[in-house]
Amino acid sequence: MATYTINVNGKTETVEADPAMPLLWVLRDKLGLVGTKFGCGVASCGACTVHLDGKVTRACITQVSTVGAQRVTTIEAIGETPKGQAVQKAWLDVDVMQCGYCQAGQVMAATALLNTNPAPSDADIDAAMQGNACRCGTYKRIREAIKTAAGVDTKDKREV
Amino acid sequence: MADGNIVTSRRFFLLASAAGGGLLLSGCMTPADTTDGAPVLAAEPAPPPAPVVDLNIFVAISPEGTIRIVAKNPEIGQGIKTMLPMLVAEELDADWSKVVIEQADADAKYTAQTMGGGQIAGGSFATPQHWGPMRQIGAGTRHMLIQAAAARLGKPVEEFTTEPSIVVHAASNTRIPYGDLVVDAAKVTPPDVATLKMKDPKDYRIIGKPMRNWDSPKIVRGEAIFGIDQKVEGMKFAYFEKCPVFGGKVLTTNTDEIKALPGIVDCFVVKQVGDLPTKMGLLDGVAIVANDWWTAKNAATKLKITWDEGVSKDESTTQYDAKAAELAKAAPMSNLSKVGDVDAALKGAAKTIEASYVYPFLVHAPLEPMNCTAHAKADGTVEVWAPTQRPDMGANGAFTLIQNALGVTKDKITIHMVRAGGGFGRRLDNDYAVEAAAISKQAGNIPIKLIWTREQDVQHDPYRPGGYHNFKAGLDKDNNLVALSNHFITFGRPNATGAMAVLASATSPPQEFPANYVPNHSYNQSVMMGGMPTGPLRAPTSNAVCFAHQSFIDEIAHAAGKDPLAFRLELLNLPVPAGANRTGMNADRMKDVVRIVGERSGWANRASLPKGTGMGVAFYFSHQGYFAQVAKVKVAQNGSWRVLKVWSVGDVGSQIINPFNAHNQVEGSIVDGISEMHQKITFDKGRTVQTNFYDMPLLRMDYAPQIDSHFHITSFNPTGLGEPALPPVLPAVANAMFAATGKRIRTLPVAQAELRWT
Repeated sequence: MATYTINVNGKTETVEADPAMPLLWVLRDKLGLVGTKFGCGVASCGACTVHLDGKVTRACITQVSTVGAQRVTTIEAIGETPKGQAVQKAWLDVDVMQCGYCQAGQVMAATALLNTNPAPSDADIDAAMQGNACRCGTYKRIREAIKTAAGVDTKDKREV
Repeated sequence: MADGNIVTSRRFFLLASAAGGGLLLSGCMTPADTTDGAPVLAAEPAPPPAPVVDLNIFVAISPEGTIRIVAKNPEIGQGIKTMLPMLVAEELDADWSKVVIEQADADAKYTAQTMGGGQIAGGSFATPQHWGPMRQIGAGTRHMLIQAAAARLGKPVEEFTTEPSIVVHAASNTRIPYGDLVVDAAKVTPPDVATLKMKDPKDYRIIGKPMRNWDSPKIVRGEAIFGIDQKVEGMKFAYFEKCPVFGGKVLTTNTDEIKALPGIVDCFVVKQVGDLPTKMGLLDGVAIVANDWWTAKNAATKLKITWDEGVSKDESTTQYDAKAAELAKAAPMSNLSKVGDVDAALKGAAKTIEASYVYPFLVHAPLEPMNCTAHAKADGTVEVWAPTQRPDMGANGAFTLIQNALGVTKDKITIHMVRAGGGFGRRLDNDYAVEAAAISKQAGNIPIKLIWTREQDVQHDPYRPGGYHNFKAGLDKDNNLVALSNHFITFGRPNATGAMAVLASATSPPQEFPANYVPNHSYNQSVMMGGMPTGPLRAPTSNAVCFAHQSFIDEIAHAAGKDPLAFRLELLNLPVPAGANRTGMNADRMKDVVRIVGERSGWANRASLPKGTGMGVAFYFSHQGYFAQVAKVKVAQNGSWRVLKVWSVGDVGSQIINPFNAHNQVEGSIVDGISEMHQKITFDKGRTVQTNFYDMPLLRMDYAPQIDSHFHITSFNPTGLGEPALPPVLPAVANAMFAATGKRIRTLPVAQAELRWT
C-alpha cells in the first residue's frame, strides 16, 4: 500500500492504495465516483473512459501509481466544460440511450473528439469512437448526437 | 414502497377501497426524486419532496400537481420504465412535464393479471400485456379526480372533461388542477375500470410522442443508478471463483492464506445447496471479501483450488461437431411435426436441394458485468439490490433461489430491482443474486456487493445453444416448392426420470415456416449430451433458427430461378395444405411488411449493383411481431465484409407507443444480430474457451450499418419490440453475401475465407 495524491475533477484527493490498483477502482470504490463504469477490465470496451490531461484514457488498465500530476476528469465533471455540456445535451436531444451503461464512456470519448476536432467527419467519428463498445447498438444515435453537438449536418455520409 | 430504510416513508392517506375489479388498491409510496428527467444537466440539490396522496398503488399526486407513477417492470435498456408510465399518464390525462417515475420493488402486489401480470423483462411481453391494464389504471385514476370535482361543484360526473392535469367543467367555466382535487379524490369510491371509456387514439397527447428515456439525464451525468453502483452502509466487496467446468465442486483450497492478505476481510468456501439441473443457481465456489473490489479480485491470483470437475469435464466443441455429423447420418430420434408425405414428395421432385447449417453457442455479455448487492441480516431478513430481469416467477427467479439457498421464507426477502446495464436474457437467471445473498450470510451477515469479472461472465453464462440443421427441399417441374425436411441436431441432458430432455432454448419450433405452407414437410430431431448451462438470449430460438431456415429458403429460391423476395411472397400465398394447422403468424401481415421493405430498399434495382455488393432479404415472425428486412452488404475480394445498410419494416400493431425507443430497439436489434455473425463460444475440456471482448467481439461504430427503420401500422393491438426485429437480420445479411459473391454462408460465425471472390 502507498499514499497517492491525485487531481480528480479539480479536487485534490489522497488515497491509500496498492500501486497496481487501477484508477477505475480508486474512482469507484475509494472516491465513490461510480459514473465511470467497469465493463471488461482489459481496455477492450471503453466503458471506463476518463480523461487524463484531456486525453482519452481507459481507467481500468491505468494503475494509480502512474497517474501522478495528470488531471483526471470523469463523467461526473465533464458537464462543467462547454463541449462536455454540449455533448450531454445532444445525447438527450437525440435520446441515444438504451441500457445506458456504456454511455458515460461514449460521452467522454465524444467530448475528447470534439475538443480536438470541432467538426468531425464520419471517418473521424469512426476512428475516435471504435474503442467504445455499445452492447445495445446505439451507434447510429451516437453518430447523430456527436454531429448535433458539433453543430454539423447530422446525415450519415458513409457509402451506402 | 418497501424501501423504508432508505427514504423516509410518508403516508398521508390510506385508502381502504378495493373496488374497480380489484384494480385500484390502497398503498403507500415514498416521495420520489423529482429531479428525474429535469432538463438541467448539472447536478442540483433535489427540491424538498412534495407531500403526496396515494390514489392507488401506481399513482400518487401532490397538492402542487406532481404526479408520481410507478414503473412496475425491470428496466434493462428496453425502455419499459418510461413506456409503462406513458400508458398510465395518457389515460390519466396527466401533464407529462409534471410526471415523475418511480421504479417498483419486486412485489406480488403489482403482479395481478389486471395489472399486466408478473414483473419480468422477457419475451417482449410487457407491451401486449400492459397495453390494456396500464391505460385502465390511468383512466380509473382520472375518473376519481373527476368524481372529486363533481362532488365539489355538485354537478354530475358526465359534465366533466379533462385537459392535461386539469379537470374542466365547461358549463360553469371551472378548471380545477389535479393537485387541488387529490385529497378529495383519495376518499371517493374508485370506479369499476371495465366501465370506463378509453380515449380515441386520435386524442393521444403522450402515446405516440417521442419521449426521452426517463433515466437519461442521470445517465449522461454519471449518477449512480445501475446495480453495480449500489451503495449500502457498511458494505464490503466480494469476488467469487467457481469451477471452470460447469457445476464442478470444491475439493481443497487455501482460504487461510488468502485471509492473511492485506485488505482481505474474509475468504471461505460456498457450497451448492440441493440439485441444480440447469446449473444456474448457487454453485460451489470460493468467496473473497475485501474492503474494495479490486483487492478481492487481485487476491484471487493467489487462490489455489482443486476441483471435482464432474461428468462434463471432457466435453468439447470438436466432439459435439463430430457427434452431430454422426447423428446427421443416422435416423432422427424423434419427429417434431409433419404434413403430407415428404419422402414420396422428395422422390418425385424434379429438383432437390440439400444443405446443412450450423450456428455456434453464444454468450449474452451485457456490458454491465453480473453483480448484486445483498444483506442477509442477523434478524433473518434478506435485502437484495439486483439488476435482474426476473426477480420472481419460476425456479430460477431470485426469490426462489434465495429461499432455497438460505432457507428463508419469501416474506423475509426484499428485492429492489435496480436498473440493469443490459439484459438480453442473461438476467432472467439469478445466479449472481443468490451468490451475493449466500456470501453476505456466510461473511457474518454483513452487506456485500458481488461483482463478476468479464472473464467470469463469459465463462459462466446460460449460453444460447448451438445447433445443426440438415435440410432437404424438393421442387416440382414448374419450380414450385413441394417438400421440405429438416433433421435438427441439438443438446440435452437426462431429466429426473432419465429421459433425454432438450436444454433451455435449444429447441427448433415444430411450426417453423414454411411448415404448414409447403404441401409436404417433416421436421425431425436428434439430441446429444451437453453439460453446459443454457438459456434464452434475446429472441430465443428465433435468433438461431431464423438464420438456418431463411437462408435455406433463399437457396431454394435461387435453385428455382426466382427472385428471393417474390419467392417468399409466393410461399406466403400458398393455400393451407391438407392436414396442416396454421397457428401464430398471420400471412397477410407478413406479406405486407415483405412487400413494403422491397419498396423502401429499392430491391427491384439491385441488379445494377457491382460484384462484391449485394442485397438480401429475410422475414420473421416472433414475439407477436412481423419483421422483414433487406440488408445491403459489401464484400472485398479478400472476403472482408461490411453491412452498408439495413432496411427494416415491422408490424407491431396499431400504435408505436414511444417512437424514440421503438426505433432504438429496432436499430439495436440489427446491430446485435450483425454482432452475432462474428461471435462464437466454443468449449474444450468441459470449459469455455473465450474470455473477453477481444475474442468475443462486439460490432463497433465503424462497422455499424446505416439503418432505415419503418413501422407499418395495422389495426391489431400493440405488441413488443425488445426482440422481434433481431432474427431476420442474420439471414438477410447472409443472403446479401450470396448475392454479392455467389458464396453461401451456412456456418456462423462468418469465416472471411469463405467469402473470397475474384
